[in-house]
Amino acid sequence: MSDLSSKYVLQTVGFDARFPNQNQTRNCFQNYTDYFKCISAKGEDYAPCKQFKKAYNSLCPNEWISKFDEQRENGTFPASLEP
Amino acid sequence: MTNFFLIFNNIFNDAPQPWQLGFQDSATPGFTGLVTLHNTIGFYLVVISFSVFWVLFSLVYYYSSKKNPIAHKYLTHGTVLELIWTITPALILIAIAFPSFRLLYLMDEVISPTLTIKVVGHQWYWSYEYSDFITDSGDSIDFDSYMIPESDLELGQFRLLDVDNKLIIPVDCHIRLIVTGSDVLHSFAVPSLGLKLDAVPGRLNQVSFLAERSGTFYGQCSEICGVWHGFMPIVVEAVSSPDFLVWIDSASS
Repeated sequence: MSDLSSKYVLQTVGFDARFPNQNQTRNCFQNYTDYFKCISAKGEDYAPCKQFKKAYNSLCPNEWISKFDEQRENGTFPASLEP
Repeated sequence: MTNFFLIFNNIFNDAPQPWQLGFQDSATPGFTGLVTLHNTIGFYLVVISFSVFWVLFSLVYYYSSKKNPIAHKYLTHGTVLELIWTITPALILIAIAFPSFRLLYLMDEVISPTLTIKVVGHQWYWSYEYSDFITDSGDSIDFDSYMIPESDLELGQFRLLDVDNKLIIPVDCHIRLIVTGSDVLHSFAVPSLGLKLDAVPGRLNQVSFLAERSGTFYGQCSEICGVWHGFMPIVVEAVSSPDFLVWIDSASS
């Protein structure tokens, strides 16, 4: 095992008490919104914001992420991204 | 002589057999629990069936007009009897319901997962996204999983069941699946892992499982989703976690 070297770590976003149910739709959306709120408040390099990005990347299907990105660019994203 | 004892070793048959009636071999605590619950309820089924049929047959036998010519015209109510046949079924229902609830809530729990895999149902294939790992180019690891058509099958592969890209998972790790659909309803089902979860467009369903042993597990789409509903099977391959990391390294490059 010691000679095992991988650039990846087996780690994922943990349990979130706000979303204890089977339905995780809002978990994805909330983390996506929180990330962009976070970087508009603190700037893109602010390290704690990365946690939201990790979370929404793990939870949202890639198709959804690109759709959200598109909506953000067009200004039709259905939530406020102001901090 | 040793061969004689060797036949008592476990052989895991992780693919369904033709005309199979029983369950496939379990690979997760969840499915072991489901099989146990099935057997527990099966026990109550035998008890209830025997008592009901015993009462029925003895009524027909002992109270036929030949054996029992006097009709009990004025025997219309028995409080004790009423109590017995009201309370007993209630207790039996409770005895069935509580193990069921216990299992339901245990399986619903997501216990500190080590890996999240997104499963997306399409017409008519599954695609898997391992977005915990971001490649050097910044993309997530994702791929589509199509059934191998009958003409391309190699010896030992299963017709209508084998796919080109399997879902690879590490054993002994709590894995969270996020299941959704991209067009119509699908259902992600793998019996050996005790999984059956609807893939609903616009909604993310979560389920957790833990593979206790390595193996290849087969499943099929379980929600009728169009003409090729029967041709979008699921293959899950459980490997050791070092092997999993080797695979994810190779999959990302």
